[in-house]
Amino acid sequence: MSLLEVKNLRVTFATETGPVEAVRGVSFSLGRERLGIVGESGSGKTMTGRSVLRLIRPPGRIEADAMSFDGVDLMAASEREMRALRGNRIGMVMQDPKYSLNPVMNVGEQLTEGLRRRDRIGRTEARAKAIAALEAVQIRDPERVMAAYPHELSGGMGQRVMIAMMLIPEPDLLIADEPTSALDVTVQAEVLAILDGLVRDRGMGLIFISHDLRLVGRFCDRILVMYKGKVVEELEAKNLAQAQHPYTQGLLNCLPRIGGARGPLPGLDRSGDWAKEGA
Amino acid sequence: MVDIAPVPRRPSRLRPLFWGVGSGLLTLALTLLGLLFVTFIIARIVPIDPLLSILGERATTAQYEAARLAYGLDEPMWKQFAIYLWDAVQGDLGTSIRTREPVLSEVAERFPATLELATLGTLFGVITGVPAGVLAATRPGSISDQVVRVVGLLGYSMPVFWLGLIGLLVFYGKLDWVGGPGRLDASYQMMMQFQMEQYTGMILVDSALNGAWDMFANAISHIVLPAALLGYVSMAYISRMTRSFMMNELSQEYITTARVKGMPEWRVVWVHAMRNVLVPLITVIALSYAYLLEGSVLTETIFAWPGLGSYITDALFAADMPAVLGGTVVVGVAFVTLNMLSDILYRLVDPRAQA
Repeated sequence: MSLLEVKNLRVTFATETGPVEAVRGVSFSLGRERLGIVGESGSGKTMTGRSVLRLIRPPGRIEADAMSFDGVDLMAASEREMRALRGNRIGMVMQDPKYSLNPVMNVGEQLTEGLRRRDRIGRTEARAKAIAALEAVQIRDPERVMAAYPHELSGGMGQRVMIAMMLIPEPDLLIADEPTSALDVTVQAEVLAILDGLVRDRGMGLIFISHDLRLVGRFCDRILVMYKGKVVEELEAKNLAQAQHPYTQGLLNCLPRIGGARGPLPGLDRSGDWAKEGA
Repeated sequence: MVDIAPVPRRPSRLRPLFWGVGSGLLTLALTLLGLLFVTFIIARIVPIDPLLSILGERATTAQYEAARLAYGLDEPMWKQFAIYLWDAVQGDLGTSIRTREPVLSEVAERFPATLELATLGTLFGVITGVPAGVLAATRPGSISDQVVRVVGLLGYSMPVFWLGLIGLLVFYGKLDWVGGPGRLDASYQMMMQFQMEQYTGMILVDSALNGAWDMFANAISHIVLPAALLGYVSMAYISRMTRSFMMNELSQEYITTARVKGMPEWRVVWVHAMRNVLVPLITVIALSYAYLLEGSVLTETIFAWPGLGSYITDALFAADMPAVLGGTVVVGVAFVTLNMLSDILYRLVDPRAQA
């Protein structure tokens, strides 16, 4: 049985000029595997990820024919039931630790908050768990990082803290929403390696959201390609080179290759029928 | 194993605090110097002859000349300022022309009344304004948001003297729920003056310290209406600012993080967002407190409140320049002190301000 089942997910935002559909009928299922969702800005990939946690704020609305996580109907669950899932069984790492960590709370406080407030674990034990989590993301001086404030951390360090925070409750599913886009290229590789190792070791399901098709191809088992709120192609990562859809092919062709011909990169050709309004 | 730069060891949180106090004291000195200078100049520029208000209009030229020499008004302007400054530093703000009393002791008598009123007003404004702003921010566009908006707008736009008079008419005149003008009933006034140990000049504090609880209750009944009135104005301001700060924080990404962690909504709002809202809010509260301390002349006039605002106004109308200057200096000290305090608090709340 799959861990996450999504059927015909739609996210609409009511605006003054009428409803805007950010996600228009997305379906997929996920086991304990690594699923990549790829698409350009505004393709609905982030909204798809947040819908699973039901964290779309009004005026946004989530609709789906069915959405369930490990037998729990996410559309029917009460807010209390959702809170029990969030953080505990489903975690999410966001793009930029500069914004996703609370600037006036120190790292230790943020790391232990879930343990202390929800799981009612004592201070010493929570602290020990947090330090172990920091060690697991290869932070060498966890004691000092615990006392630091987010603005005192580098981007890579901040993202490790974020990953550690989400992995403390040992969730079954982790949603990583462009977790390395805000980082330097060298740091990206380190953070990805850490994330990869932890997800493998703990046998978690992973939804990896990115605009970087090649990165996702290397990192995930399966790929959903999204465009304008719809899944235009779903394929095994190893078959990426054989992508059928003109959008996926276009994305692949946009990337420069070392040793390839120099000159302007080809832009995305949006003249095909797939790119038309309402397609 | 990847190489990670160690986190720099953070210096003690107290050290920048001392800096805050040190630079604050310097600011205080400079600001007061400027304030004294400006008020002194204004006092000289206004077409009011202080000698005439001392001597009366029928004084002879000889009397006038003698007084001019006696008061040192024949000295050059810079020297007059230097003398004033030197005396002020030693705590001598001159003698009131009207009452022949030292300005400092008069101001010291008036200031606690204003302090008491402004503090209670600010307290009222914070206690009602902050939750109202949060309520409005968490449900934008809802009925409660509209109610907070309208109540706040009324607070901004209704003239204080009108609200004060209507308040007195309704709650004192008709309903008799509160005490009338003044700080105490006349009988308690005498008691306060002659039988009580005066510690602070603030009646609420002094009567409590003396254990005179009936007097305390009487003082409460007198202060509640003017304090609520000032509090209403400050609530209007604080609730609007809280709403906008809170809405801004609630749209931040770290709020999503807190929700992803499964934190209940009250904790997201009152802990995660509120701790960030406090940073700018402290300044707003301090400013509105200072605004009330500057002397709410209209409120003090309507409620016959013997505070600093009415003192300075009365002095101004009587051309009592030493009193005007003295009062202004005290207001200035209070203002700068409050700013310094809010600066220190700000550093305590925001770790980023300690660099």
